[in-house]
Amino acid sequence: MYKILKKTQFSEKVFEFRVEAPQMAKKAHAGQFLMVRANEQGERVPFTLAGWNAEEGWIEFIFMVIGKTTEMLSTYNEGDELQDVTGPLGNPTELEGDRVVVLGGGVGLAIAYPVARTFCEQGKKVSVIMGARTKDLLILTDQFKALPLEGLYITTDDGSEGEKGVVTAPLERLCQEKAVDAAFCVGPVPMMKFSALTAEKYGLPIVASLNPIMVDGTGMCGCCRVEVGGKTKFACVDGPDFDATQVDWNDLRARQGSYRTEEGQAMEAYKEESCACHR
Amino acid sequence: MPQVNGKYKPNMKAPRTPYVEELPEERAQDFRPVDRGYSMADAVAEANRCLDCKNPKCVQGCPVNINIPGFIEKIREGNFGGGLDIIREASLLPSVCGRVCPQENQCEGNCVLNNKDRAIAIGQLERFLGDNATELAHDPEIKPSNGKKVAVVGSGPSGIACAGELARNGYEVTVFEAFFTGGGVLTYGIPEFRLPKKIVKREIDGLEKLGVKFEYNSVVGRITDAKELFEEQGFDAMYLAVGAGLPKFLNVPGENLPGVFCANEYLTRVNLMKAEKFPEFDTPTKHGKNVVVFGGGNVAMDAARTALRLGADTVTLAYRRTEEEMPARKAELHHAKQEGVQILPLVSPLEFEADENGFVSKVKLERMELGEPDESGRRRPHPVEGSEFEIPCDVAVTAIGTNANPFPKLAAEDVALNKWGYIEADENGRTSDPRIWAGGDIVTGAATVILAMGAGKKAAHSMMEALEA
Ligand SMILES: Cc1cc2nc3c(=O)[nH]c(=O)nc-3n(C[C@H](O)[C@H](O)[C@H](O)COP(=O)(O)OP(=O)(O)OC[C@H]3O[C@@H](n4cnc5c(N)ncnc54)[C@H](O)[C@@H]3O)c2cc1C
Ligand SMILES: Cc1cc2nc3c(=O)[nH]c(=O)nc-3n(C[C@H](O)[C@H](O)[C@H](O)COP(=O)(O)OP(=O)(O)OC[C@H]3O[C@@H](n4cnc5c(N)ncnc54)[C@H](O)[C@@H]3O)c2cc1C
Ligand code: SF4
Ligand code: SF4
Ligand code: FES
Repeated sequence: MYKILKKTQFSEKVFEFRVEAPQMAKKAHAGQFLMVRANEQGERVPFTLAGWNAEEGWIEFIFMVIGKTTEMLSTYNEGDELQDVTGPLGNPTELEGDRVVVLGGGVGLAIAYPVARTFCEQGKKVSVIMGARTKDLLILTDQFKALPLEGLYITTDDGSEGEKGVVTAPLERLCQEKAVDAAFCVGPVPMMKFSALTAEKYGLPIVASLNPIMVDGTGMCGCCRVEVGGKTKFACVDGPDFDATQVDWNDLRARQGSYRTEEGQAMEAYKEESCACHR
Repeated sequence: MPQVNGKYKPNMKAPRTPYVEELPEERAQDFRPVDRGYSMADAVAEANRCLDCKNPKCVQGCPVNINIPGFIEKIREGNFGGGLDIIREASLLPSVCGRVCPQENQCEGNCVLNNKDRAIAIGQLERFLGDNATELAHDPEIKPSNGKKVAVVGSGPSGIACAGELARNGYEVTVFEAFFTGGGVLTYGIPEFRLPKKIVKREIDGLEKLGVKFEYNSVVGRITDAKELFEEQGFDAMYLAVGAGLPKFLNVPGENLPGVFCANEYLTRVNLMKAEKFPEFDTPTKHGKNVVVFGGGNVAMDAARTALRLGADTVTLAYRRTEEEMPARKAELHHAKQEGVQILPLVSPLEFEADENGFVSKVKLERMELGEPDESGRRRPHPVEGSEFEIPCDVAVTAIGTNANPFPKLAAEDVALNKWGYIEADENGRTSDPRIWAGGDIVTGAATVILAMGAGKKAAHSMMEALEA
């Protein structure tokens, strides 16, 4: 069992857990992830490592409530215990170049933040482009603002915050100004796909942190397979970062949607159960 | 015991003693075990058929050379504890191996009675003792602690065997396991209807009683590695038993469509994550109407029979060769057919196609014919031109083997691998790093439980020799 030492709420749907895990804290790197199973009946869900402290023996992850598991996790409090936490998994994020841009979209911002922070700590000059459909879905804005960034660009589809439009507009400007040497992106598939196309147009190297559905997270089951450069790769052991210009995005998107119907059923069953007897 | 002039005289006339099987149409509704095994009377009747050969061929067929006529004699005498003691000299997992060994190619295939299809049911007898005689057998001697520490990586049959052997000999053993529970393939791969999970749990509990520590959720190569275990945590030796790894794929178009699974995923969702109980358990799976499974081994059989239990209308097992060449245990093929799995021999998939929602809906196949034998002696299949056809399929499962597990390099950088990524180890499991041993599927490639078990036991003895020197 893994004890929640601290729970922080960043906005209505975004939370951070600090979890006791001394050995994991010693080995954590930005870009790596955890597999979390909330309780005995729980699914194994991946979350990116958002923070860690080897001296104090904890790790952190940030999650956004989007379905059954994250909804249920949001009801956990300090002192509660998570059934299982496995990690760190996957390869740490590495990016060549002194001037980098980090693009995060939607829930992907939870992954982009620790990566941007690490780049700052490595002494790189870091720009960040945040994107979301609308203002309420922008997460971690204050945390990003607190980093020593070269520039912070915010876009929303409806213009309710920052500039109206998508992340590729600021990316294109940075490319034209030759202001960056490499890019890292994470978010919904269309956002990563168009970021990759934009970067490719300007010859800017770009990696994407992919988020397919996972079961074991240790290279055994094949669930997380993605097509990269025409080859089958396993996001959990070969990734999660890949050259974004080589990813078969349609494939990834289709596989991510494999369980949409079941996810809806799980949420409904959970809501029924939690209002009838559990609250 | 049948005797003539005070000497044992085997019952030569009786056929193999049958066992009670659940009715196929009933058992395929859920995950209950397929058969109930032998009663005490059955076991004795079967033991009474053994010829007690002077030069027992059966023993040569068993990869760990269990003294088969020896334990069978004890059954005949009604000394079940004594029988189990004999098995335990060679095997630590009789309840498991009695159920899952490919007996027809090993002990029973070698039995002198086999040519008349009357081979002694050695597997059933072994399982009978493993399941029923633990309380009658001698508890193996446990040596006092010698203060030496060994790290075992992986809790499959190979890791379990190594840990058990070392713990009994006074070693302090910690097993590191990537998953939240132990057993390896015995837990997440082989289904309940073939190997009840309570048997696996009993083995793990037994190790805990011996003082073996289990560190679950611990992926060695990530959370720790050989360097740290030796230099900071004071381990004296390490056994790598991480099993086979990444699944192989067919490399045909449409293979990544939703609804196309690799068997490891399909079986893990059910066996480990209990997807058949969704939404009570959170992990979902796909309940196909028309399921097609590719492959002809035990893994393919398990996937096909799991599909039936998840409520499929039709389950088709598509294989490149014919039934005779299928590497699965004969009993599994037989049970699968009884339950309604249809065998489609001599076909190879060309492409998976999606419906309007993007989910797999049919598979295009071509017919194959068998040509000349290849190096393994099996006749190599060739495509028949112009023989393409389609069948409907809303869930497809591929079970065509695995590649090497990627973790050994991260776990122990000095351990040499062969060109396919498997660990190089000698017959005692020694690797190129003098502190590290390895065995099971990560050395041999996907093989069998008994070989993995045997390798773990052998490595334990080799380690003890090295650490005591
Ligand atoms: C490597 C990786 C890192 C991630 N890091 C973070 C993070 O730091 N913060 C965060 O909020 N989210 C992260 N995610 C996404 C997170 O795993 C999903 O949000 C979570 O599984 C949703 O579960 P749910 O039951 O609440 O929602 P569901 O209703 O089950 O699903 C909603 C969506 O989540 C995805 N999803 C569901 N189950 C899984 C699964 N087992 N594996 C992967 N995706 C799944 C599906 O594509 C689906 O569209 C990451 C995903 C991956 C693969
Ligand atoms: C579906 C299926 C059916 C089968 N049926 C039969 C059968 O009927 N008869 C038969 O004899 N054989 C059968 N086999 C084969 C048999 O199960 C294997 O040969 C055997 O389990 C190999 O044992 P092992 O200990 O080497 O590895 P495994 O059983 O694979 O165990 C390896 C363990 O190591 C863990 N691990 C992996 N990487 C790490 C890491 N980095 N750190 C920590 N832990 C790690 C894994 O999670 C796993 O628990 C079957 C296999 C499958 C998949
Ligand atoms: S271990 Fe397997 S091969 Fe050996 S006797 Fe038992 S069932 Fe037969
Ligand atoms: S070969 Fe057959 S008959 Fe002979 S000892 Fe072995 S099991 Fe008995
Ligand atoms: S999640 Fe199973 S192989 Fe990656």
